Amino acid sequence: MRKQLFNVGAILQGLGITFKYMFARRPTIEYPSVKKQHAPRFHGLHELRRYADGKERCIGCELCSSACPANAITVIGAENAPDARVSPGERHAASYEIDELRCIFCGLCEEACPTDAIVLTPRFEMADYRRGAFVYSKDRLLVPSDVGVGTPPDERPNGIPADLGRVAEVKSTMNVDRGYSATHRGEVLKTERKGLAG
Amino acid sequence: MLIVLVKSAVLLLVVITTFAYAMLFERKIMGWMQLRPGPNRVGPWGLLQPAADAAKLILKEDLTPKTADPLIYRLAPFISLLTAFAVYAIVPFGANGDGSPWAIGDVNAGILFLMAISSIGVYGISLGGWASGSKFPLLGAVRGTAQMISYELSMSLSFVGVLMLAGTTSLTGIVNAQERVWFFIPQALGFIIYVITAVAETNRTPFDLVEAETELVGGFHTEYSGLRFGSFFIAEYVNMLTVSCIASLLFLGGWNAPFGLTMLPGIVWFVLKVGAFMFFYMWLRATLPRFRYDRLMTFGWKVLLPIATLNLVATAAWVALH
Ligand code: SF4
Ligand code: SF4
Repeated sequence: MRKQLFNVGAILQGLGITFKYMFARRPTIEYPSVKKQHAPRFHGLHELRRYADGKERCIGCELCSSACPANAITVIGAENAPDARVSPGERHAASYEIDELRCIFCGLCEEACPTDAIVLTPRFEMADYRRGAFVYSKDRLLVPSDVGVGTPPDERPNGIPADLGRVAEVKSTMNVDRGYSATHRGEVLKTERKGLAG
Repeated sequence: MLIVLVKSAVLLLVVITTFAYAMLFERKIMGWMQLRPGPNRVGPWGLLQPAADAAKLILKEDLTPKTADPLIYRLAPFISLLTAFAVYAIVPFGANGDGSPWAIGDVNAGILFLMAISSIGVYGISLGGWASGSKFPLLGAVRGTAQMISYELSMSLSFVGVLMLAGTTSLTGIVNAQERVWFFIPQALGFIIYVITAVAETNRTPFDLVEAETELVGGFHTEYSGLRFGSFFIAEYVNMLTVSCIASLLFLGGWNAPFGLTMLPGIVWFVLKVGAFMFFYMWLRATLPRFRYDRLMTFGWKVLLPIATLNLVATAAWVALH
């Protein structure tokens, strides 16, 4: 007990260490204002890519859905109409939904896809107040035609894709007017705030 | 009368502002020492954090446990708060040219008043813990009482050494007696004892057995919420400021300038000394783990008290021989 009570040297040493650390470089990344560069193949929010002519890559084959270990993907395929093709092949995805709350971001869908249509992007800011908002349908997964065709993982130079800012628009966390009906595709609907009072 | 009121109001404002920023800087300094940036989101450099905290505490629900004794439960935070502020009635912060102190009241038994008031402060803790009617606060309160008694003894003894050297109990008189040499040199032992007991008196790490988050949740204030919790919180920091002020007054020469550097006014030196002390307490908190309870008691009774007594006897002999 004497040793513990009179160990003044240890206390002084401890004080020295804390004082030194006061001036040390802090590893904190101040997240909302400073964003970390993720690895190019970071597994984040999915994206459905297009071909250079604007057609969708997805052919509605459902391979991603069968590969998914979390049963997060639901694809409903449909025939392409010969005069208004959605994708170059015979079929396209009439409905394509990923439940990001089920998804474990393993990337197996990306591996399975024969046309490299579904890819995981480094976008990770998906938080929302509504459960339904995590079911991403084609209106949010598909790259808008005016934004480009989407980048495959190997072509992302520094992790964050150039259009990372798009997430904020895609997500619309607070603005209920711009929210989404979870299972609706096509035009955007007002969210029904199911399960919440009022 | 009016002047005293105005003085008190100004002083209250100063003390509360100091509390708010002491808290902010404590969080900053602890953050830096732990390789974190500390609060920096509210306002530039986090400077508006205290205001945000105050708003949060005011808006919190005020809960009273069913088993609590309502009257005492509500009274306890105010005992803590009032005694914490009452000390500032006699603390001098500087002196005019003619030697009259900058204080609300210049009591000639200043140090006795101080000891009396700081002993009442523990009632806030013990009553609050006891009246909460649950286990952890009770344990915290019991610890608080025992700790206060054991450490206040050594603390008072360390005061007495200073009193004997200065030959007065007036705080202004003690500061004036330190014009040539500050008392932390002849009273080195007393100074060390005071610094240790002051940490225990204010219930701060490594002597924060009274709160002991890891074992007692929040100790005596476990059940308190909102502004009542805030009162305890303010009291803790104001007490910290008080013990820093006393340390500078009794041992570090108060507003006397060191090395004859009199171009800065005395109040600046005083503030610097108090600030250094506050920093030291924050530094300790970021460094040391909590004492075990039996060791705290052993340390208080078997180490501090004998040393303090020895110091007292030696000082008395020295004063008698001169
Ligand atoms: S990343 Fe894995 S879990 Fe998520 S949708 Fe793709 S296959 Fe399913
Ligand atoms: S994303 Fe790929 S795997 Fe999934 S349905 Fe479309 S084409 Fe098939």
